[in-house]
This record gives sequence, C-alpha cells and structure tokens, in this order.
Amino acid sequence: MISKLTMIKALNAGLRRALEADPKVVIAGEDVGKLGGVFRVTEGLQKDFGEHRVIDSPLAESGIIGTAVGMALRGYRPVCEIQFDGFVFPAFDQIVSQVARLHFRSQGRLLMPIVIRIPYGGGIGAVEHHSESPEALFCHTPGLKVVTCSNPADAYWMIQQAIASDDPIIFFEPKRRYHERADVDESAPPPPLHSARIARSGSDLTLVAYGPMVKTCLDAAEAAASEGRDLEVIDLRSLSPLDLALVAESVQKTGRAVTVHEAPLNLGLGAELAARISEQCFYSLEAPVLRVGGFDTPYPPSRAEEEYLPDLDRVLDMVDRSLAY
Amino acid sequence: MSDASGASAEVELVQLLTPEGLRVEHPLYSFDGDDEQIRGWYHDMVLTRRIDAEATALQRQGELGLWASCLGQEAAQIGSGRALCDQDIVFPTYREHGVAWCLGVDPIHLLAFYRGVDLGGWDSQAHRFHLYTIVIGAQTLHATGYAMAVERDGLVGTGDPGRDVAVLGYFGDGATSQGDVNEAFVFASSYNAPIVFFCQNNQWAISEPIERQSRIPLYRRASGFGFPGVRVDGNDVLAVYAVTTAALDRARTGSGPSFIEAFTYRMGAHTTSDDPTRYRLADELEHWRLKDPIERVRAYLTRNGSGDEAFFAGVEAEAADYAADLRVRCLSLPEPAMIDLFDEVYAEQTPYLVEQKARYGDYLATFEEAPA
Repeated sequence: MISKLTMIKALNAGLRRALEADPKVVIAGEDVGKLGGVFRVTEGLQKDFGEHRVIDSPLAESGIIGTAVGMALRGYRPVCEIQFDGFVFPAFDQIVSQVARLHFRSQGRLLMPIVIRIPYGGGIGAVEHHSESPEALFCHTPGLKVVTCSNPADAYWMIQQAIASDDPIIFFEPKRRYHERADVDESAPPPPLHSARIARSGSDLTLVAYGPMVKTCLDAAEAAASEGRDLEVIDLRSLSPLDLALVAESVQKTGRAVTVHEAPLNLGLGAELAARISEQCFYSLEAPVLRVGGFDTPYPPSRAEEEYLPDLDRVLDMVDRSLAY
Repeated sequence: MSDASGASAEVELVQLLTPEGLRVEHPLYSFDGDDEQIRGWYHDMVLTRRIDAEATALQRQGELGLWASCLGQEAAQIGSGRALCDQDIVFPTYREHGVAWCLGVDPIHLLAFYRGVDLGGWDSQAHRFHLYTIVIGAQTLHATGYAMAVERDGLVGTGDPGRDVAVLGYFGDGATSQGDVNEAFVFASSYNAPIVFFCQNNQWAISEPIERQSRIPLYRRASGFGFPGVRVDGNDVLAVYAVTTAALDRARTGSGPSFIEAFTYRMGAHTTSDDPTRYRLADELEHWRLKDPIERVRAYLTRNGSGDEAFFAGVEAEAADYAADLRVRCLSLPEPAMIDLFDEVYAEQTPYLVEQKARYGDYLATFEEAPA
C-alpha cells in the first residue's frame, strides 16, 4: 500500500505499528499524550493505546530517560521523546553513563532496547536551544547507535526498526523536513537499519549527507547537473555505526568526496568521514575530502540562521573547490 | 551532632532497640519476630563487617583498586535487606554490601568490581539486586522506572502479598541534592509507583557534612513531594526492619512511594582513597561508636539469654573463615582481557567494532610471533 505522507504522519504510522506489534512498547515524553506532542508525531496514540502505554511525563528529561532504563530492565521497550534537540542535555548523563553502558557493564546480560527520539536541526526560525545538531556527541559514545531519517518512507520504517533493536538508539528527526510529503510504501520491505543508501547516482563527486541535508544535497546535485556535473548523493541514515562500505565504494568510483551537515565542523561527522575515507580510498582520491557544515559558533539567532546553515550555494562552492584540485 | 537535624533526631527517631541493647516500644512500629531472627541478623551483620574489613585490607595491600566501606551501616543494610520479599528488587549505590549479602550476591563479585576485573559481574536480574551505580543518585530513577513497569505489569495491589512487587532504591544523604533523586521523587509520586526510597544518612558526603545538603531533616522533604517520610535509627536493625517492612507493604498494596531516612554514621572513610581526619573530629567517631549496630544486638541477645559466648565465638570464627576463603578467591580472580570486551558493547555487534577487534587481534599476534 502506497500513500503520500508527511514525515510526521509517517512517524506516527510507524509508532502505531510498533505499539500494535509489541505490547511491551511504551512511549514517554513531555506532551506526547493528550496533545500528541508539540509536533503531533504521537497524535492519537494515547487515545488508542491508553495512558499506560503513551505516557505524559513530568517535565524532566533526565527523569524520562532514567525511568526508561528501569522500564527496560523489566522487559519494556520505551520510546522516549525529547521535545527539542537543545533539551537533551539534562538527560545526557543518563544516556551516556547509564543507557549506553549497561549492556557492556553486565557482560551482555542486560538489554537497553530504548529509542530516544530527538527532533533536531535548524531552519525553522526557532528561539535558542531549538535548532541544535548534537548528533556527534552521541556518535562519540560507545554503546549507543545513532540514526536519522531524511524522508517519510525512511521515517516510517526506521522508527519501527529502531524500536525492534535490542540496542539503545538515538533517533534524530530533521524537524525542518517534518512537513514534506513523499510516498510511503507500507508493504515494501525496508533495507537494514544501519545501512546507507544512494539517494542519487553520479560519477563526478560524492556528496555524503544525512537528515535535513540530504534534500539540500539533492537540490545541489540537480543544480550541478545543469552545469554538466554529475554528483552522487549518499544518505547515511545510520550515523553510528557508519555504513562506510557504501561510502568507500562511491568515493573509489568518483574520486572526490564532500561531507555536508548542519552541525559545527570541528570534530563533527564530517571529520570522522574524512579520516576514514582518506584511509580507505587514499589511492582513488583526486582531492582531499572537504567538509561543509555549520560554523563553530553557538547556533546563531534565527534571523542569521540562513547564513549559518549549509545551503545549495555553499555545497556547490565546496564542490567547485573539490573539482578544482 | 549539634545541628538542628541531630537535635530533632532525639524526638523523631524510630527506635526499637537502644544502643544499650534494650527493647523499647514505638507507637507506630513494632518488631514481632523472635530472637532466632535477631540471631540471624547478628550473623548477617558480623559477616558483612568482616567481609568489609577484608576488602579494606585487600585494598591496602594493593589487591583492590578501591573499596567503599559500609562500616557502621550494617543495621541499616541488613534490616532493610531482610525486609524484602522474594519478588522485590533492589537498586543499590556502590556501598550496599550488606544488602547484597541478604540477596545472595556472592561478595566475590563486589570485590571483582572494586579490583577492576569487571564492571558488575553478578546476575542482577536473578538476584534482584541491580548492578552498583557510581554516578550519585542515577539509580533512583532506574528504580522508579522499574516500579512504574511493575505497576504496568499489574503486580501492585492485587491483594496477594506473594505476588505484588515493591522496589527498594538506595542512596545517601549527599545524593538528596542531586537532580535525579528529586526527579525520581516527582515521577514516583506522580505515578504512585510502588517504591521505597531508602536514604542512608551517614552524615558525610566525602568531606561535606549533612548541613551542606539540607537545612531540614531529610525525611521531611518527602512531604513536599506528596508521600510520607520517616526517620529511623539506622543503627537499630529491629527498627530498620520494622520501618522498611511497613514501607514495602505500603508500596506493594498500591499506596505509593515512601521515604526512609536511616540515621546512621559512616564509621570509615568515604572510600579507601579518602582521609576523614582532614575534616572531622575523633570525638564524633567516639560518639557514634557507642551506638554501634552490632554491639547493641549482642548486648540484647546476651541479656536475653539468646546468645552465649559459644554462639558469638562461632559467628566470629565463621566470619574469619569466610574472609580467609574470600581473600584466596579474590587473588585468583581471572584478569580481564581487552580483546574479549569488544563483543560486549552491543546486543547486535557492529562491523566497525568487528574490524577494530580484528586489527587489535592482529596487533597482539605480532607479539606472539616474535622469536623466543
């Protein structure tokens, strides 16, 4: 069955399927119940599955994650919503010191099948702390897995796969893409959760992106095509672990790679990608791996965010620089 | 104790056995068991103290990286640990060696943890004793979430005391300043979770006295969160047992959370890395030595004719044998190897870690291949 859904509706449908499939799945977060979440991702779920399964939490992020740990220890599969990216930090300790480590600490006896959903990224004209891209902090934490969807179909499948995973998963949702519509085929079997995909095939250069920047890169590739440049776009989907095999295969073909993310450049995903692409594709590279990202400033006031966020022109500028080598 | 909380302790403290070993009545709590039970707890406390002393000695000899002694807190731990039913579960800090003993966790696991052999080697689900948590107060949220899950499982207030589950979450006086502990109180109260918050107020958070954490007696904080709090003489095993039993029953029957402040004293250092002579007076130690949790039970049993010299000597001998054996087992604990740890990070291993492990294995092999 194919339907055209926004990412919000796709996530909602995926969460609904997960709640139906496993009675141990519970959703917890601020305003996720009666209100349906501030973005309405959980709309209608409390009404249909009850207050015991779709839980309006007290306004305390560490409490949301810490109690999810306890519920997981009794066999539940909590799906926690952090309302905005910038509000995950009160829960950071529980995530990195507890959620990420209990499987390791217990020699594998304890499972932490917790999904932490975080709407992230900028571009919506928000107030401070509502436009952050903290994904690298979680990728740097052993024991966590980190994924992000770029389109409604992935959103629908990846949230279900994340909930089915026995490992803790930080699930980043690009909030500026929440309202974009695309086909979702609920009968097509999805690719593995921790696999990247080629969003557009090309031969001249590989753009490596994820989440909100995939569309930006596809737009850039479209523009470049009109100038006779054939760019390949990879949607990473999984940020930890990285599906580097697909990236390496692409770069060995094109000889050039540009990484693109909203997060600041310093020690961001682009840095890790550059290091590993250099190591694995050294003899294929025609140019150093170049990076496009947010600046290494705190996220700016929203009237400056259009300058801060990588856009089509900044991506193409870096493409030019790469091709100039 | 010259502070407000210490002064008020005299009137607010639930006590059933005085430091002199005399049974006293309390209007709300009573101990209805027999002396055989008390002899058992005496045995538990002596064994706990002896294991604790052995661990401290092992650390001093370089065999443990660290040890957090529970010296002086045996009654708080045995009294509460023995109040648990078979289906209840405990979330400890890193000092609940006596509670671990009650739940059948082999002390060798506690030593392995502090020796640096592993990060928690016991089966926490089977023993109903979660792994030690070092981040102060973090486990109170885990305990609360677990209690919320118990409630979802329909195992609260069924009327079957052999089925209904209560959760016992431990923490210290310092932890009451942590956000996580306060959030745990809010969540537990909001969801009416079947949990007992058991605070061992041992008066010191490393070097900081209780006055730095609270201007009011800790147990009174509970009322601000909407559940009852009680201060019990933490060196009185009978009173701790009675108070904890009542609180666990309350949780099991669906009446919600409660807070127990076990008023006790950390007779030793915070850990073996600490030097308490830098911040507290010997007088204070002497004051609390007179309230020793084990001596008062011994005095009671002696006075009551329920324990003679042969009994006490027998327990001492058993403890000494146990400690000697534990020492041998500690020294023969296997060393962990990095190469084995890559596989324990995830339930579903990642290609990246497989590769990293393989490369490290290749690196290790270069040493083996070196000619003799």
